[in-house]
Amino acid sequence: MRFISKLSLMALMLSLAALLALPVAAQDDEVVVLPGDNIVLGFAASLSGDTAPFGIDIQRGVELAQEDRPTVTVDGVEFTVALDVQDSMCSAEGGQAVANRFASDPDIVAVIGHMCSSACNAAAPIYDSAGYSMISPSCTAPGLTARDYTSFNRVVPPDGIQGVLAAEYIFDVLGITRIATLHDGSDYGDGLVAVVIPAFEELGGEIVASDAINVGDTDFRALLESFAVLEPEMVYFVGFPAEAALLIQQFPDAGLDDVVFMGADGLVGTEYIEQAGSASEGTLGSAPMPVESDELDAFVERYIETFNESPPGPYHPNGYDAYNLYLNAIEAVGFINDDGDLVISRADLSEYLRSFTGYPGLTGMLSADGTGETSAASIGFYQVIDGRFELVDVLSVGGEEEDEEEDADDADEDMDEEDDSGY
Amino acid sequence: MSKGSRAVRFRGGGLGLFIQSPLHIVGTAFLLFLVYVAVSNIAAGDYTLRQFLQNLIFGLAQGSIYSLIALGYTLVYGILFMINFAHGEVFTAGAYSGFFTMYTFAQSGFLQENTLIAILLTFLSGTIASVMVAVALERVAYRPLRNAPRLVPLITAIGASITLQQLYLRLFGASARRFPDINLYILPDVFTDLECRVVDGVEQCLGMDIIGGIYPVEIFGIALRLRPISFIVFFGALFIMWALWMFIQKTKTGRAMRAVAEDKSTSALMGINVDRVIVTTFILGGALAGAGAVLFVIIPGNGQVNPLMGFFPGIKAFTAAVIGGIGNVPGAMFGGLFLGVAESVGPSLLGISNQLRDVISFGLLVLVLIFRPTGFFGEVLSEKKV
Repeated sequence: MRFISKLSLMALMLSLAALLALPVAAQDDEVVVLPGDNIVLGFAASLSGDTAPFGIDIQRGVELAQEDRPTVTVDGVEFTVALDVQDSMCSAEGGQAVANRFASDPDIVAVIGHMCSSACNAAAPIYDSAGYSMISPSCTAPGLTARDYTSFNRVVPPDGIQGVLAAEYIFDVLGITRIATLHDGSDYGDGLVAVVIPAFEELGGEIVASDAINVGDTDFRALLESFAVLEPEMVYFVGFPAEAALLIQQFPDAGLDDVVFMGADGLVGTEYIEQAGSASEGTLGSAPMPVESDELDAFVERYIETFNESPPGPYHPNGYDAYNLYLNAIEAVGFINDDGDLVISRADLSEYLRSFTGYPGLTGMLSADGTGETSAASIGFYQVIDGRFELVDVLSVGGEEEDEEEDADDADEDMDEEDDSGY
Repeated sequence: MSKGSRAVRFRGGGLGLFIQSPLHIVGTAFLLFLVYVAVSNIAAGDYTLRQFLQNLIFGLAQGSIYSLIALGYTLVYGILFMINFAHGEVFTAGAYSGFFTMYTFAQSGFLQENTLIAILLTFLSGTIASVMVAVALERVAYRPLRNAPRLVPLITAIGASITLQQLYLRLFGASARRFPDINLYILPDVFTDLECRVVDGVEQCLGMDIIGGIYPVEIFGIALRLRPISFIVFFGALFIMWALWMFIQKTKTGRAMRAVAEDKSTSALMGINVDRVIVTTFILGGALAGAGAVLFVIIPGNGQVNPLMGFFPGIKAFTAAVIGGIGNVPGAMFGGLFLGVAESVGPSLLGISNQLRDVISFGLLVLVLIFRPTGFFGEVLSEKKV
């Protein structure tokens, strides 16, 4: 009796093992593309809801890149590149759903995306276990490259840089010493505020209050009222347009009319101005800024010509670079096997993305540092002037050390300007 | 025997009202803790009377809108003993309809010329849209299940809620729409120093802007910043609730509603058309939600209309209805105001993060349910209702 049960147990385990082995065998590390077939790249961003303008902006950047470079040539054979576009929203759930879909599709070579840090955070472990690579054009949460994900790469400077420079901008350039910080409880908001607070305090500034809201809240009056008591000179909010627009419109209720409102890259775009109307006038924002170049200017011009509007978000050149990096990677690691098929090893691809150096992208010179970071671009500071985000200043980590004196002069000048305009 | 006598003794004692079970001890301890935190916060000077008054006024305006929605839950529950979870989406319908009407007026210039008429028409369109959705819900989702077990319409209500949300999402898109800014100036002769601007070298004063304006006011030496709209919303909501109360108490249809709430089959025997009374109830609930929706989006700084906007107010209003005693009309009114004020005053009074605001609402619900399982105004349900 006992013997039989042991035997059946073993049989059961064996059959289980066989079952488990099946998908492993099917899900190869290598993608084989037959001649005439397309190389498929996954594209994931938020394409619905309040954050959709950012996602559509990135998608357009990728589409323009595809227009420029529709094919990859490996060993003299040309393959067309196709995109599989999915809406991963701006949430962990959305990121997870799309990541599972891509990771179970053996035709997808790699993924451009996701867009929001919470989606990236949820997606990265899934791509990790499937051996996929991702290049995010916009996930800026500092922790993403600190978690040893093998899949995660980004072509955008992390919020570590954005936060430190934002603190510097507020303190040195604007001359503001008392701020209240607020975030929307997302990975992105929490992460960026956590960088800004110590950086600002180190400079000598004072954080008079620090609080958080929930995505979907609509009534912030009591919260702003409690801020008003502490008399901050600025409210620094990291989040997305829906909540930011309500916040700024409720400023008068708490008597914060003269307090500066500043956001980060989640805010810099047309959606916020549309939602907040005239109340958005004067709002400050920061966003990773591509290094100025003629190519970039030409690109933006072409963007406006193609889509008949100025870019609704800041990340179109990052999408462009992500696409091109993949094509470079495929050209470098792909090979044609004996049957004339293109073989791309996902492991080699991932290896390439972690080790390439000196790719001159639209956003600046990109080089992998081995952890998934590739970009060290500057941070641009924007202000809503006459219903548009206008660039008012640019700071960068490297630049500041080289010519500190010049920067200090700049800062003084800027401060004078700000004084004139009523700060 | 001994059990009974102990209960009697407890009820007789001073604390007897509070402590009747171990749960009550936990509840009392928590209540005392909240009071302690609040008092120590006030004593430390972190909390000022000004802040309290300011938050109280925000809270009353917000709470009166909760009340209007909560009434829809309570009316339907009173008659059908089911929770209409799709009521939040009835609210959304009113907000969208109000938005489209007002947006058209704003684009065509009608709003600037005839502001008051535009606002009234917006209310009308919001109310009509909500009533239509509520009646359609009753007809499609609830009437076929009139005699089904009680859980069935409950699940249907959740399904209807999700269906409507997705429908709005497909119809109107996922992006939020911005309700137009409205300025309505009144009494330029009385408020001669408000809203002044210089036009062609001549100073013009338009009077008080009762929709978009905000004015510093000093009351008993406390400087407050008040929006006239807060008072309009509060008193408007009170008026609507008074009208509803009169309708239920004084009219024939109102009497029929109360009769059906008491006993459906007996009132049918008395010649009351039960189906018609139920439809009337949904019409009333829908109208209140529609009016509440327009009142909500018309407040400056609230004007964002999106497909999922009804969900949270719906849940909050349901909480308010339960706090007040579900099925009880004055209870829903009180519950809404109570919840609105608690949410607004709570976080800064207790000195906790604003993110925990919802914890306060739902924590209050738990506390109320511990001490008064039927809510503040809830009567002990007759056996038939249960």
